[in-house]
Amino acid sequence: MKVALFIPCYIDQFYPKVGIATLQLLEKMGCEVVFPQNQTCCGQPMANSGYEHITGDCTKLFQDNFDEYDYVVSPSGSCTLHVKEHIPLKGRIYELIEFITDILKVESLEGEFKHKVGLHQSCHGQRGLHLSQMSELNAPFFSKPEQLLKNLKGLDLITLDRKDECCGFGGTFCVAEEAVSVRMGQDRLGDHLKNGTEILTGGDTSCLMHLEGIIRREKHAMKVMHIAEILNQAIS
Amino acid sequence: MKTHSEAAEVFNKDFDRTTWHDQTLFMVRQKRDKAAFQIDDWELLRETASQIKNNVLSNMHNYLLQFEENASNNGIKIHWAADAKEHNEIVYGIISDYYRGEIPVDTFKGMVKSKSMLTEECHMNEFLAEKGIEVIDTDLGERIVQLAEEPPSHIVMPCIHWKKEEIGELFHKHLGTEKGNKDPQYLTEAARQHLRDKFLTRPIALTGVNFAVAETGEFVVCTNEGNADMGAHLADVHIASMGFEKIIPQKKHLGVFLRLLARSATGQPITTYSSHFKKPRDGQQMHIVIVDNGRSTQLGREDFRNSLKCIRCAACFNTCPVYRRSGGHSYHSAVAGPIGSILAPNLDMRANADLPFASTLCGSCSNVCPVKIDIHQQLYKWRQVLVQEGYTSMSKTLAMKGMSTVLSNPSVFKFSGKVGRMLMDKLPFLVNNNMNPWYKQREMPEPPEESFRDWYKKNKK
Repeated sequence: MKVALFIPCYIDQFYPKVGIATLQLLEKMGCEVVFPQNQTCCGQPMANSGYEHITGDCTKLFQDNFDEYDYVVSPSGSCTLHVKEHIPLKGRIYELIEFITDILKVESLEGEFKHKVGLHQSCHGQRGLHLSQMSELNAPFFSKPEQLLKNLKGLDLITLDRKDECCGFGGTFCVAEEAVSVRMGQDRLGDHLKNGTEILTGGDTSCLMHLEGIIRREKHAMKVMHIAEILNQAIS
Repeated sequence: MKTHSEAAEVFNKDFDRTTWHDQTLFMVRQKRDKAAFQIDDWELLRETASQIKNNVLSNMHNYLLQFEENASNNGIKIHWAADAKEHNEIVYGIISDYYRGEIPVDTFKGMVKSKSMLTEECHMNEFLAEKGIEVIDTDLGERIVQLAEEPPSHIVMPCIHWKKEEIGELFHKHLGTEKGNKDPQYLTEAARQHLRDKFLTRPIALTGVNFAVAETGEFVVCTNEGNADMGAHLADVHIASMGFEKIIPQKKHLGVFLRLLARSATGQPITTYSSHFKKPRDGQQMHIVIVDNGRSTQLGREDFRNSLKCIRCAACFNTCPVYRRSGGHSYHSAVAGPIGSILAPNLDMRANADLPFASTLCGSCSNVCPVKIDIHQQLYKWRQVLVQEGYTSMSKTLAMKGMSTVLSNPSVFKFSGKVGRMLMDKLPFLVNNNMNPWYKQREMPEPPEESFRDWYKKNKK
């Protein structure tokens, strides 16, 4: 299966390792992966700040890069949601995890990852893309990221007090509402620290970048890995 | 006036208090979850309520006229107020008529009020105070903030931001309770005695309205303290103020809304009192003031009309991680929280342009909303409207336009990415400084040597 990779702008620039892990993981699962070279950004940073009306050029560029592919895959729930809601494509975009569970139909993964892992659910992945059940709704439990993590040998998935509270990143919110943003991040980390997370993971690098910024400032021992990095490492 | 982010920064200076505020409200959210999940058909109930309200919004005119006719036949006098000022003048007019134009100058001329967020929205207390009429709030929480000369910080729990020690202090000062006594039962009893006197001596009572039934012309007021009943039953004149969106078509629909309201608000199966008012007692006057105050405008905004489905349960407040960590007063609006942030810009875009940005768009608000208002989608849409109407700073617009140019231009993007990472690496003080709000309490990401696309070119192409 041929897959076009959408690597969001900040992952491209600051977290190439997440892009590499995503590419390698998809290849291990039998996909032919291509990276259209002229891609940049989906336009979400502007749109969420109220400037959707100036994202036309980004939208067009995105379509020019991805319209020829049936499957576009991205290791970011937030950017994927933005594309789904705002950029019409000839094919379809999937967040990495949902692509693995829903299109590649992977029920569970064989592999090993001997760590205490805390999963941070990104709001756009969870409440936007429905990657897992939301704590507000009276509905049966499911979780696509947990489905892939839980059978890895040695992986101890941490139970949190608040399993799906927002980390406070929120795009430009993280600087426009700096005080609340940081406080929300500190509280999310507090929950993980209290419950024993050694490696913090999630499907959105933006949340993780914000949380990692606080971890490093406050000198916590917790490590941060994108879920693609864990899966890629575990099944190699 | 401070913007939400400025006020929130002040709020967050007290770390422990912010922790306490967050935990107190999250506990209410958990109570809501527990109550909601005991009902198998909870999601169906929400959907049903949403559809009933959609029907109301689409037939508002007819239901309001039907309600007016039936209520009038029941002996209730209906008044229509186009805006806050008219509402306040109508209420003043009713008081003035009661005293035949000569409002006595003594302590018994005031009015008792049970919690009504609409009168907060209309700033009625201040208006009547200027006319020499004292309004006593009789809801305990509301009375506390009134004594403290503050607006409520929450629409269901107005003094949720007060600790019991502080309430003890406040009551000591105003009600003469023992200094240092913070026992809730003792303090509540003191308030009860204090309010009992007001109930017995004030001839006019004002209540809010939770639901107005078009079919029967009756209205329902939900309280836990019974203060609406106490006020209304002892008064010669009962005035009920309602925003026009409080209408529901039929009495049987209460079976949907009463099940949702208290569970969503506090996790109770139902409020202690659900009081139905249908007609005045012999010798009593009953008035309903139906208020527009911008609601027609909101009804006409396609993207925002369904915010008028709101039944004021405040579930969106309690679940909102931003509200819990910034407090109600940061929203500088009678209705705070996520729902307030989509209602307030309709009333005054300039004054409330900051509110739709006081959110991470996490979407938890929409999920708990018992009438399924798409709150976070409307926050997003308000941002677009506010920017396009010009309620944003020039510097932000310039920054966004610059960003858009870079991001829509692959070669500029690659070049500036490379330069940016190089500068961050070699001259970190360029970004690691006080001008950068990210850096205040967070480290910047460590710039890697090569971007993903560089790696890809080298290894895969």
